[in-house]
Amino acid sequence: MRVLKNKRSRDYAGGMLMTAIGLAAAFQGSSYQLGTLERMGPGFFPTALGVILAAAGLAIAVTARFTQYEGELEVLAPEWRGWACIIGALVAFVVLGKYGGLLPATFAIVFISALGDRQNTLLGSILLALGSVVVAVVVFWWALQMQFPLFQWGGG
Amino acid sequence: MHQALTDLWYGFGVALEPHNLMWSFFGVLVGNLIGVLPGMGALSAISMLLPITYTMHPVPAFLMLAGIFYGSMYGGAIGAILLNLPSHPPHAVTCLDGYPMTRAGRGGAALGVTMIASFFAASFGITVMVFASPLLVEAALKFGPTEICSIMLLGLLAGGTMARGSPLKGIAMTVVGLLIGTVGTDVNSGVIRFSFGFPELTDRVELVALALGLFGAADFLRSVNRMKFIGNETKVRLRDMRPSRAELKQSFFPMLRGTLIGTLFGAMPGTGPTITTFIAYAFERKISKTPERFGHGAIEGVASPEAASHSKTQVDFIPTMSLGIPGDPVMALLLGALMVQGIAPGPQLITEHADLFWGLIASFWVGNILLLILNVPLIGVWVKVLRVPYRLMFPCALFFIAVGVYSTNNSLFEVNEVLVFGIVGAIFMALDFPVAPILLGYVLGPLVEENFRRALLLSRGKMGVFLERPISLTFISLCALLIALQVFFAARAAWAKRHGRPGTGFAAAPARAVPPGD
Repeated sequence: MRVLKNKRSRDYAGGMLMTAIGLAAAFQGSSYQLGTLERMGPGFFPTALGVILAAAGLAIAVTARFTQYEGELEVLAPEWRGWACIIGALVAFVVLGKYGGLLPATFAIVFISALGDRQNTLLGSILLALGSVVVAVVVFWWALQMQFPLFQWGGG
Repeated sequence: MHQALTDLWYGFGVALEPHNLMWSFFGVLVGNLIGVLPGMGALSAISMLLPITYTMHPVPAFLMLAGIFYGSMYGGAIGAILLNLPSHPPHAVTCLDGYPMTRAGRGGAALGVTMIASFFAASFGITVMVFASPLLVEAALKFGPTEICSIMLLGLLAGGTMARGSPLKGIAMTVVGLLIGTVGTDVNSGVIRFSFGFPELTDRVELVALALGLFGAADFLRSVNRMKFIGNETKVRLRDMRPSRAELKQSFFPMLRGTLIGTLFGAMPGTGPTITTFIAYAFERKISKTPERFGHGAIEGVASPEAASHSKTQVDFIPTMSLGIPGDPVMALLLGALMVQGIAPGPQLITEHADLFWGLIASFWVGNILLLILNVPLIGVWVKVLRVPYRLMFPCALFFIAVGVYSTNNSLFEVNEVLVFGIVGAIFMALDFPVAPILLGYVLGPLVEENFRRALLLSRGKMGVFLERPISLTFISLCALLIALQVFFAARAAWAKRHGRPGTGFAAAPARAVPPGD
């Protein structure tokens, strides 16, 4: 997280990330057929984009070297609890949606993500999740007739 | 001229069909509601409701989506003025003078002026659209793959470089979007590209999943526990909303100027709405006799940018519908929705889908009148909605995102896509990259590739063809001009900084109002 505390190193990191993505895309793209300018193969466009992206990444890093930064930088403390809960909530939705059905998945995504906020209490999160379950049944299952069973066991 | 009016009349017939009217009303209502919610803008509102439209007839579907769009813009202004919360970046500049007005007890009047300005500007924009679209279509019919390719290049370049922040980063993000657009089966050869072994990715990356990942999940990751809840005790009643005669007089010409600026920028593909409102604000301050009032509750600083953003929105539909070149990410999303419906945007759209095009234009008017009627009695409700704390809102929004994305294909794989794009988007944002151009690149990517390949096939592989055809040459020159201007401004700013002179004040000023989540 130290790279994020300085605008210049932030731009270095960003530029390098772009170069890396660009090179990877160009490498993978060139494994499809490139073809000629007149008859382009499926690999031409992705490879060209990868090269452009890599060049843009380099340019970002190079201009960062010569830029004079000013103004204070908003340094945001890492928010591990919030991140873990939001990511966990989405994963839980997918897993429980597959092996449990719409109701457990709904409860899990709202309950877990609500816990990501420090001001939410356990009881408050449970109530919010139960409220969402009611919405899921009434709106999505009953009114919109979504193709998503309320309960199911072991993957459908 | 006469033809346009006949077509418009026909459009009103389509828009006022009870079924279509109902969806239009539903769209503006939901858009307004979601726009008011802190941290939610037009993009998340449209992408959340996009899945429902997949099974609908294109006309009501599109009327609803457009309604959500301008409805959420009305809603966004409410949050900006009453709470200093710009839920949609273009409203950041409205905060500067709208919020001081609220603190001075004139928040209701600011809202009233916003509504008048928005309605006036939207009406003007619609009028321009009615008369300019057929002309543009006539020109666009002369376009071959070469011209389409160059104008798209211009659109992408403008979209990437005119966004907020560094132009180079904007370009990088546009290219990332173009690359995401290549995922899936290549239409010409049937080769599967970048599928990473997932059979679900042989189709394209799901538009809704990409949009909700970048503008929903990524935003939550960035704002969780960081969004400060600003309690407000503002009570806005109906009679507070009536601006005084002096305020109306003061805001009349700014409203007019804002509308013209918005119209001008709307006609240029790729210029975002945020830059438009910032320019309208800066311009108003520059010509004002009392620039020191700006930032302390000057009504002109509310009227002009709001008018600009609404006229731009309407005029933006012209290049989106008739050329297939979206002006901003929201337009890109709407364009994607059209393509999902199997309607190819382009010059033939107006003739082939006349009911859609003219119905949409007429529905703009109907929808804006609905909004005006809705907002007057409902303002009290919106003020209450504004008080919904973020900590309760985002878990519910996450749930709606997950279910909405699931319903696009009835598969959980798309929910995983949301997760991946959410994390990627949060990383990009943490590194100060603007994520909006990704969506622009993604939507235009396949069109650019297809036309690029066709153009070079026709020219037998000669790149010079882009400079030989006059229309194409014009667009390419504009691209070159755009790059040259960017380099010039960057160099001038660097020079001014090195010599210890402060830059032009307005470029830095509005940045304060933008929350960390944006």
